[in-house]
Formats: sequence, C-alpha cells, structure tokens
Amino acid sequence: MRKKGINYAKYGYYFSIPFVLAYLIFSLYPTIYTVIIGFTDLRGLGRTTFTFLDDPFENFKLILANDTFKKSVVNTAVIWIMNFIPQILLALLLTAWFTNRRFKVKGQGIFKVLIYMPNIITAATIAILFNSLFGYPKGPVNDLLMTLGILDAPANFHMQEWTSKGVVAFIQFWMWYGNSMIVLIAGVLGISPTLFEAAEVDGATPTQIFFKITLPRLKTILLYVLITSMVGGLQMYDIPKLYLWGGPDNATLTANVFIHNQAFSGSYLYNRAAAASMLMFLIIVVLSIAMFYLMRDRGEQKLRRQERARVRALKREASV
Amino acid sequence: MKSLKTSTNITKTIIYVVCIFLSILSIFPFWLMFVNATRSTYQIQQNSVALFPSTFLLNNWKILNGKSFNAAVGFMNSMLVSSGATLCAVYFSSLTAYALVAYTWKLRQPFFSFILAIMMIPAQVSGIGFYQMMYRIGWTNSLWPLILPSIAAPAMVFFMRQYLMATLSLDIVNSARIDGAGEFYTFNRIILPIMKPAMATQAIFTFVLNWNNLFIPMIILTRREKYTMPIMVSLLRGDIYKTEYGSVYLGLALTVLPLFVVYFLLSKYIIAGVALGALKE
Repeated sequence: MRKKGINYAKYGYYFSIPFVLAYLIFSLYPTIYTVIIGFTDLRGLGRTTFTFLDDPFENFKLILANDTFKKSVVNTAVIWIMNFIPQILLALLLTAWFTNRRFKVKGQGIFKVLIYMPNIITAATIAILFNSLFGYPKGPVNDLLMTLGILDAPANFHMQEWTSKGVVAFIQFWMWYGNSMIVLIAGVLGISPTLFEAAEVDGATPTQIFFKITLPRLKTILLYVLITSMVGGLQMYDIPKLYLWGGPDNATLTANVFIHNQAFSGSYLYNRAAAASMLMFLIIVVLSIAMFYLMRDRGEQKLRRQERARVRALKREASV
Repeated sequence: MKSLKTSTNITKTIIYVVCIFLSILSIFPFWLMFVNATRSTYQIQQNSVALFPSTFLLNNWKILNGKSFNAAVGFMNSMLVSSGATLCAVYFSSLTAYALVAYTWKLRQPFFSFILAIMMIPAQVSGIGFYQMMYRIGWTNSLWPLILPSIAAPAMVFFMRQYLMATLSLDIVNSARIDGAGEFYTFNRIILPIMKPAMATQAIFTFVLNWNNLFIPMIILTRREKYTMPIMVSLLRGDIYKTEYGSVYLGLALTVLPLFVVYFLLSKYIIAGVALGALKE
C-alpha cells in the first residue's frame, strides 16, 4: 500500500533533523562530556584540559564518602517529603470538594486562578521575598505572630535548622499544591460521569464515592504527579540557593546547590561536581523509566487507533 | 433529609472558609511585596506589615538603580531569551510532531519511544559538561546557549503529537499535495495554522519556564550586562542592599510584574493548559 505514488517517508526524516541535531549538540554531548569529566582531574577556574585519573572512580568514591554531599541528598529527600505529603493531601481534599456534585462550590474559577498563581512566579524572587518576610528581628511574619500574641519575642527563623527546612518545604508546597490540584481535577473530570451517577443512585455518601470510585480511578494521574514532583524535587535549586544559600550549617543545602557550589566556587572542582551530577542522574533515569512505561501504553494505543483510521481512509480512497 | 442538608451546609461553609484562606495565602505575600515597594526603609522597620501603599516609590527606585541592580537590562535579556527559546521550541516541536504523525517511516516508532524516554531528563544534570562545552567555544556570556537548546523540547513534541493526532485529517495534506504544494510549504501554510491553539498554550508555559530559569543562566552568564531577571534578582540578596528594605521589595516587584500581567490576562488558558498537559490526550 505504501508503495503507491511518491514516497513521502523521507520527509519524516527531514523534518526530524533539527530536533535530532539540537538534541545531540545541546543535550547528549554535554551529558557524555559530564560523564567523562567525572573520571578526570578537571578542576580550577578556566581550565578545559584534563587527564584521566589513575583510579577512574576516585571522584565517585570521594563524593560518596563526602559528608556534605550525603547531607545534601538527605536534605533534598527530607525537604521534598515535607513538601509533598501536605501538598498531595491538600490537593486531594480540594479536588474532592471542587468535583463533588452535591456541594456545587461557586467561584471555583477564581479560587483555581489564585491558588495556582504562585506556581508561575519566578522561584528566585519568591525565595528572596520569603527571606524578607521571615526577617529578624523585624519582618512581616514576626510582626504578625507578635501582634496575634503567638510569640512574645521575635524568632530568628533563619538560624534554626528545622525552621529553615520548614520554610523551604513550605515554599515548595505553596508553589505546587495548586498545580497538583488542577491536574487531579482534570483527572476526575476524565472519569465517566455515569459511574458517579450509579453510585449516587445506590445511596453512596460523598466519602464513599471519593474512596471507592475517585481514588482508584486516579491511580495513573497520582503516579504521574508523584514522579514529576520527585524529579522536580531532586533538582530543587532556586529556593534553597537564594533563601539562605544552603545554610544555616548546611540545613537547606540540596544536592543541586552542593553541585553548583563544588563546580563554581572555592576550588572549582568540576570533576567532583560532574560525578555528583551523574549520581543524581542515575536516580532520575530510574524514575524516568517508570514514567516511560506509564506514558507508553497510552501513546501506543493512540498510534494503533490512528493506524486503523489511516487504513480505512486509504480503503475509502481506493474504492472511489 | 433535613439533617443531610444541614451537614451539607456546614461542609460548604468550611469549604468556602478554607478556599478563601488559601486564596489570601496566595495573594498576601505578593501584596506585602507591592505595598512595601512604596514604603520607606524607616516605615518598614517600624511596622513591616501594611495594607496600603505609601509614597516612597520614586525614592526606592533611585536607591535601587543607584547600585548593581538594573531592571531594564535584566528585562531586555530575559525577554530576548524567553521569546527566542519559545519561538524555537514551538516551531521545531510542531515540525517534529508533524514528522511523527503525517509520515510513515521506518524509524518513526523508535524515534517516538526515544522522545518518551528523554522527556523527563532535566537540563541541570548535564550542567557541568554544558558549561565546559560553552566555555570552550566561547559562548559563555552569550544568550545563544539559553535559546538554541529549546529546538529539542521532547515534552512539547509529545504534546504536539497528541494534539495533531486528534485534529489532523490527512485528507487536507493529500489535497494540498494534489494542488502541487511542497511538503514544507504544506507544513508552514496549512498545518501550522491548525496547530495554533496548542502552540499558544505551549508558548505560554515555555515562556514562563524560560523567564524563571536560574540554574543554567547562572552557570553561563557572569557579566552583569548579560544577566537575566532571576540572576539580577539574586543581587538583591547581596550585602549592598542589606538595609534598603524598600528597594529590595521594589526590585522583587519589578521582576515579577510582567508575570502578573501575563497571568491575569491569560489565567483561563494557563489553568486549562495545566489540566491538558497532565492528561496529554
């Protein structure tokens, strides 16, 4: 069937060339380069020449033995969990409320617009804004807490390990729960309404409907939110970097802030930073594989459907 | 039945209280930022929470600009980077998606699987290699390394492909062929207009993403006249602005003002885009 007329297949290749070239130059090559640097002695500002180390895994061993790196990975995980659990719970609660047919919440549009808003605002700006808001001894948060009588004296949020971590986690939570909520609501709207109608006719309560119908049907979407949030969380940089520069005492130092500090300050240890990047990269690859299997099925279904439609169209053409 | 109604009403009240609280939580930090941008350092030190603007906007502006922060330069650079990257991403992703949908070629399925596989990998992980490469070819302190990589935007190709599959009828392509149109001409003149709605949604997100990007620009740009907005903002954390509270708030406000304008003009499409992006169908 494909042989009739001009062969258009070559245009498929032509039109993919810009993408492939840009990917090879700006993504694949730097990735391979980073891997290579991880095995070399490349360090020092402005250096580009390097030799391979006698012990190729020296950088990796040093990084894995580095307490600051370990701490940064633990921090990244802790801050991500502190942000994700409240984020997904609140997003689910709001989803349950907004999609409940009995409550018919009014003004949903404006609530969504306002709740989502922090997500599109520059994270760098938000980090510095929160640094000012939690200022000590004078700052809006301290002023408010003292006016309300919750605090007797101003608290120095920036000096304590857990309040600093808490604020970074809160900023992440505050920026992302709206995004998760909108994604989940879209997922609920994709569930066939007849399921909810049937449940209502059978006398199910909203709570029962949510736990027995909505949640099980949202499984794929929830997994999507989880994985994208994890990959994003592993890359956490802007907020911890600018909020307290990773301090106090490395309490908000995340893996990416550590990598940046290794490579672009002090003795410019490009090789160690590259090794650390690759370790983070491995974690992301594992997560991406999970994501790949999640998305692939649906993509292929579509392709098959389209293929059938194409065959049908060709048949129609042939009969005319 | 009556008790059910009462309990529904109580729940509804709780819902509205929570939603209004969350809305205030979203607005309040930014409100404080804009209001404090108009107040003097002395006023802020006396009481850092104020609901209404004061009159020191011009004064704060003078202090802000008298030091290292330059809003106009940051704005111009961010504008160039974000527009350039958005144009590249939208055009070439559409082209790649079209190649995946309209033509039957041997490597089509492997290529698509490849795009799915690399979709999640963020640019940060290859940051060190990227920096070394740019340093070698003398592209540090250039805006090109922030624009050109957008030509390969796997997630957007995926989105565009799903969109094309739902909307493109190959009859249009065939009739263009019969009329003697070349394949590239057909894409530019017939396919691109069909893709406009998808392009608009994706353009907003790419633009905002690039506007907010900090990690890669921070690596590539070291000269102040090349700084984009987020790096310019990081100057406000420096010691020279330590006691200039009003100017810091003003600087912060300036960096996000364009985003607020865009957001409130296009919020409907942005919210719809977030929902669509997740379903990818």
